[in-house]
Amino acid sequence: MSDDDINNEWEHDLEDPEPFHHAPSGAAHGRGRGAVALYGIMAEFDNPSDLVAAARRTHEAGYRRINGYSPYPIEELDEAIGFTRTSLPLIVLIGGIIGGLGGFFMQYWMEVIDYPLNVGGKPYNSWPAFIPITFESTVLVASFAAVLGMLALNKLPQPYHPVFNAPNFALATRDKFFLVIEANDPKFRHDETTQFMNTLGAMGVNDVEV
Amino acid sequence: MQDEPHSPLHHSTAPVVAPGLTFASVTDKISSIVLKRKTPIWWFVGFAISFILFQLMLLTITEMLFVGIGLWGVNIPIAWGMDILNFVWWIGIGHAGTLISAILLLLRQQWRTSINRFAEAMTLFAVAQAGMYPIMHLGRPWLAYWLFPYPNTMGIWPQFRSPLMWDVFAVSTYATVSALFWFVGLIPDFATLRDRARSKPFQILYGMLAMGWRGSARHWHRYEMAYLLLAGLATPLVLSVHTIVSFDFAVGIIPGWHATIFPPYFVAGAIYAGFAMVLLLTIPLRRVFGLQSFITMRHMHNMGKVMLATGLIVGYGYVMEAFFGWYSGNRYERYMIWNRMHGPYAYYYWALILCNIITPQFLWIKKLRSNLLILWLISIVVSIGMWLERFVIVVTSLHRDFLPSSWGQYQPSMWDWTMFIGTLGFFFTLLFLFIRFLPMISIFEMRTILPEAEVEE
Repeated sequence: MSDDDINNEWEHDLEDPEPFHHAPSGAAHGRGRGAVALYGIMAEFDNPSDLVAAARRTHEAGYRRINGYSPYPIEELDEAIGFTRTSLPLIVLIGGIIGGLGGFFMQYWMEVIDYPLNVGGKPYNSWPAFIPITFESTVLVASFAAVLGMLALNKLPQPYHPVFNAPNFALATRDKFFLVIEANDPKFRHDETTQFMNTLGAMGVNDVEV
Repeated sequence: MQDEPHSPLHHSTAPVVAPGLTFASVTDKISSIVLKRKTPIWWFVGFAISFILFQLMLLTITEMLFVGIGLWGVNIPIAWGMDILNFVWWIGIGHAGTLISAILLLLRQQWRTSINRFAEAMTLFAVAQAGMYPIMHLGRPWLAYWLFPYPNTMGIWPQFRSPLMWDVFAVSTYATVSALFWFVGLIPDFATLRDRARSKPFQILYGMLAMGWRGSARHWHRYEMAYLLLAGLATPLVLSVHTIVSFDFAVGIIPGWHATIFPPYFVAGAIYAGFAMVLLLTIPLRRVFGLQSFITMRHMHNMGKVMLATGLIVGYGYVMEAFFGWYSGNRYERYMIWNRMHGPYAYYYWALILCNIITPQFLWIKKLRSNLLILWLISIVVSIGMWLERFVIVVTSLHRDFLPSSWGQYQPSMWDWTMFIGTLGFFFTLLFLFIRFLPMISIFEMRTILPEAEVEE
């Protein structure tokens, strides 16, 4: 638990903060308008080039809490929204080191300290014979670190998310592309932002409720 | 000749995906196999046959638990028999899946995209079969957990200098990492199925599996990183697994086993057998599901070439085995080679040479490589050949070692065959379930290689 927090802290330090601390604070403070808590405004595109161009313009316009949604990974989109770093490799490295040291010293402790057994006159610490298992445990722990680290940083599993409310969003896993400016962006003003998004060449611009 | 500046690497003219496909058509076509299309009658027939054969395995295991492993044809000196050779055969088949999904990803081979999901599934299911053999072969399989280092009232620990312990860790790590890799690859496709499914139960099922995936750019970024790192971890892992399996033999001092060439020769053999199995399965599947536009002739050519290349490495291994036997000057090694070629199991040896060295040579010829029936038949022959190879290694080395007084003969019993056929049944049972309930081609990765995925700036 605390590990996750530390990792998330790490990512918070980057240029763009995590996007998914929900909006109510921002919206309730009247940046959105009135009663309906707003998560953000979403624009829909039907091809990746338009999405990337729009994301770039939005970022240039000074919006920071923005996110794109696409049916497949688009490298250019990461750059356009200014999200190009993740601490995942570090997590995997730490996992690998823990796995490697843990695997070796588990064997060392068992074969040398806790239950020394003479096998064919080999030394108790027959380290070359411990390498295969050391390698396997390195890979095992690093792999778990990669998968669980990715899920934790992405805050998955997360059954509910406001963007699922948006019209047509089911097509984000088929052939449609979306751009969201979140309501808790410092620069977010409902009317101005809607107007701005209408200039991006989107097929539709909609409010997304929390 | 429009794309005139052909790079010399661009010798295969067949495209990786057929022209004219779009995000929508790729998504709909692959997901419809799972969600919309009526289950074809051959699926029920195939599943039923596999499931019946699977019962043979359960029957054999039950009988074995009552009688003991004397049920099988194993005895001293040939204590390893068909259990261990089938273990090696199955786990070898699995290796092609990891090669396709991890190594070809790192090498940026786009053509892997449409076959990696299927090949990974094949890996998992083959490893499941492989794992069963050594556990059953323990004699008291209900004590299999003794293999793991857990604090116990006996106050003892496993003996980590033994290759058999390395094997436990290698195979269980391999199974776990393959499952993780496969599941991570499936998450975005689960989301696609969740959003396409019409019936509530399937929406909930796929929704839970998708874990709330929504295609966020930040998620994709970390996802891609995780996937790449997993590929980087799985690549040395897959090489280590068959290396360690070969240590089971090479660390022993039995003539014919104690050879330094074993690790690379086993790894190449594993990839060889694995690609044969991938071809064996994809050739009929792409036809019955009409997936020719996803799995094109390019894939068939490439897989044929990989099979030829690894087959040549395996052939080199056989030559070197014979050479080492002769050049060692050791009478036991020399006798072992002589015995393989002329002893009671010589038929197996020569059949193996025919299957694994002579047959794949046909793959040099482009016309034969392009003929799917011939490619399919060669795959069957190679699968049999790789089974024979393990038979020759396990049995001929053990049956006549140093002391003629301890020589023996090995004859697989009926129960050896029911177990083997039973695991084939289990393998195909799992495969039939897989192609019915999960997308057998990675939908999101297919989208990335479509022409419209190109971002124009």
